Amino acid sequence: MGFHVNESQFDAWLTEQRKTYDIYAPMRYAGGNTFSDVDCIRYGKVSSISEIVFDKKSEYSFKEVLSPISQTLFFFTENEKKEADPPKKGAIIFLRSCDLHALKRLDDMYLRNGPEDYYYKRIRDNIKIVLIGCKQSFENCFCVSMGTNISENYDMSVNAQGSTYAINCKDNAWNQFFLDLGASRHLVVPDQVHENPVKVHIPENLTPDVARASMWEQYNKRCINCGRCNFVCPSCTCFAMQDIHYCDNANVGERRRVWSSCMVDKFTDVAGGGSYRKKNGERMRFKVLHKVYSHKKRHGCHMCVGCGRCDDICPEYISFSHCVNQLENAMKEVST
Amino acid sequence: MDINTAKLKKNAFRVTKERGLTASRIRVPGGHLEAKYLGVLQHIAEEYGNGTIHITSRQGFEIPGIPFDKMDAVNEALQGIIEGLEINQEAKNEGYPAAGTRNITACIGNRVCPYACYDTTALAKRIEKAVFPNDLHFKIAVTGCPNDCGKVRMHDFGIMGMTEPQLDPNRCISCGACVKKCEKKSVGALTMQNYRPIRDAHKCIGCGECVINCPNRAWTRSEQKYYRLTLLGRTGKKNPRMGEDFIKWVDEETIIKIILNTYDYVKEYIDPNAPGGKEHIGYIVDRTGFEEFKRWALKDVVLPENAEVMTPVYWKGIKY
Repeated sequence: MGFHVNESQFDAWLTEQRKTYDIYAPMRYAGGNTFSDVDCIRYGKVSSISEIVFDKKSEYSFKEVLSPISQTLFFFTENEKKEADPPKKGAIIFLRSCDLHALKRLDDMYLRNGPEDYYYKRIRDNIKIVLIGCKQSFENCFCVSMGTNISENYDMSVNAQGSTYAINCKDNAWNQFFLDLGASRHLVVPDQVHENPVKVHIPENLTPDVARASMWEQYNKRCINCGRCNFVCPSCTCFAMQDIHYCDNANVGERRRVWSSCMVDKFTDVAGGGSYRKKNGERMRFKVLHKVYSHKKRHGCHMCVGCGRCDDICPEYISFSHCVNQLENAMKEVST
Repeated sequence: MDINTAKLKKNAFRVTKERGLTASRIRVPGGHLEAKYLGVLQHIAEEYGNGTIHITSRQGFEIPGIPFDKMDAVNEALQGIIEGLEINQEAKNEGYPAAGTRNITACIGNRVCPYACYDTTALAKRIEKAVFPNDLHFKIAVTGCPNDCGKVRMHDFGIMGMTEPQLDPNRCISCGACVKKCEKKSVGALTMQNYRPIRDAHKCIGCGECVINCPNRAWTRSEQKYYRLTLLGRTGKKNPRMGEDFIKWVDEETIIKIILNTYDYVKEYIDPNAPGGKEHIGYIVDRTGFEEFKRWALKDVVLPENAEVMTPVYWKGIKY
């Protein structure tokens, strides 16, 4: 069912939902970015539609809702242990089509890649999705190339049209809520992007042999292995475990898992002092081929969803899409 | 030729080597200006001067080779710049009303530089508004961060931008980038404990390297902008010396108040026989003692809670 609603009607719905859900959406953190006096657009809990940033891409993705950056799994002391409580409420997540496709990748990794991840699933089972329509492509987006520009599996969609919000609602209870509010009914289709300035071509004949190509060497010096590309990526899921003994009483502590990054030092450290992929070019190769080669072999779709956040944030102006577009020539190089 | 040299000096002109010729000095508070004013300077230099312009060491311009009788015309031509840069003026078309308090210089600041903790030009202009015109010899400089590209420690008042880093521990991914960068590029105020950084607040100089290098917005900047205020650095023939720290974690309001208070202090204690009525503030403080200076400087000042005042302050410098 489609509606046009104004800010106060939308907020009435949000207020109702907040009884049972936390609402996560891209919002503005004033002065919250790397450089002074620069805002950061990233996910946070909102209580009004006016807090949601529609006209910019969020720098960090929605994934921190489902896969918290730092997630305590359990607490321990002496002979006792206690599982960390799940979030008290479910989550309604506002996200764009590329990110909704990324949700499938998170599911691939956490639910269909060996045993189900208990801590992921208990959050995942209690979320609802509001799709943010994309009127136009943002800088560095290449969703069309990745086939992630259109999504159907949302509970509601919203196109921000100035002070009016055009929504397409698939949830019966929510539909009834808007009808009761007297919202005006309209035919609404989520805004979709059908062309991006950036296009990516992933060669069909890609094989692991491409690892031998010379293209990776440029990143040995250009990349600073900061890991930003991983942290902003909606489909990166790697984490490390940390056992903490609290400082003022070492008999008490917690085990938590924390995001990690295949670009950052120590990612490949193993018992006995081994360490792999020491060169940044090797790390870049590993990451890129995971995104556009190996995930597809196992799960049927590329891990990369073309959101372009890695390009947006790289302080060294390394472009992932530009890298992927070198793969065709790299295959030619290693095939001859 | 009858020229009142004291009057022309106070009007930002200069007595030069060449008899009959003066030079016009143009102040650019904060060292940043709209490009269109360069055209005006070119016009003045070619019309009234010798066709050259000197970029001064205080981020202004000096247009040499101007005959004394062209000073009025130059002042009229300068009016657009003076208004455009919002410089306090007593009467229109009469140029700058004083030259003792020098142009407030600034590094490029956060309009461009990733390291800068604030808009240096904006602060320089704010200070300029508060202190200019004044005949007393005050040199003030602002710089965006403790790198001190503005060399503010060579000034009576040096202002260095600081941020108080804020850690959201739940966004920390234990990469260690902040600790490494703080150790190698700054003062080593961070250590790791239980996989997360701990900041030694006393050691921290507020440079923001941790914020700049954090890949996940675990470190962010404080909403409040802070500064380090350094005192009484100077060049000169007698005893050149670097400015010493006075207050760490101080705010803009307080800095301006302290500078204005210092004008009162200098008026009270300046050597009445000082050549040209100008004396570096540092020599006055050497006579009165630091405590007397501090009493005047901090009059009616309410410091931020976390401000650290250094006292007493001693200077060394070069003695010939």
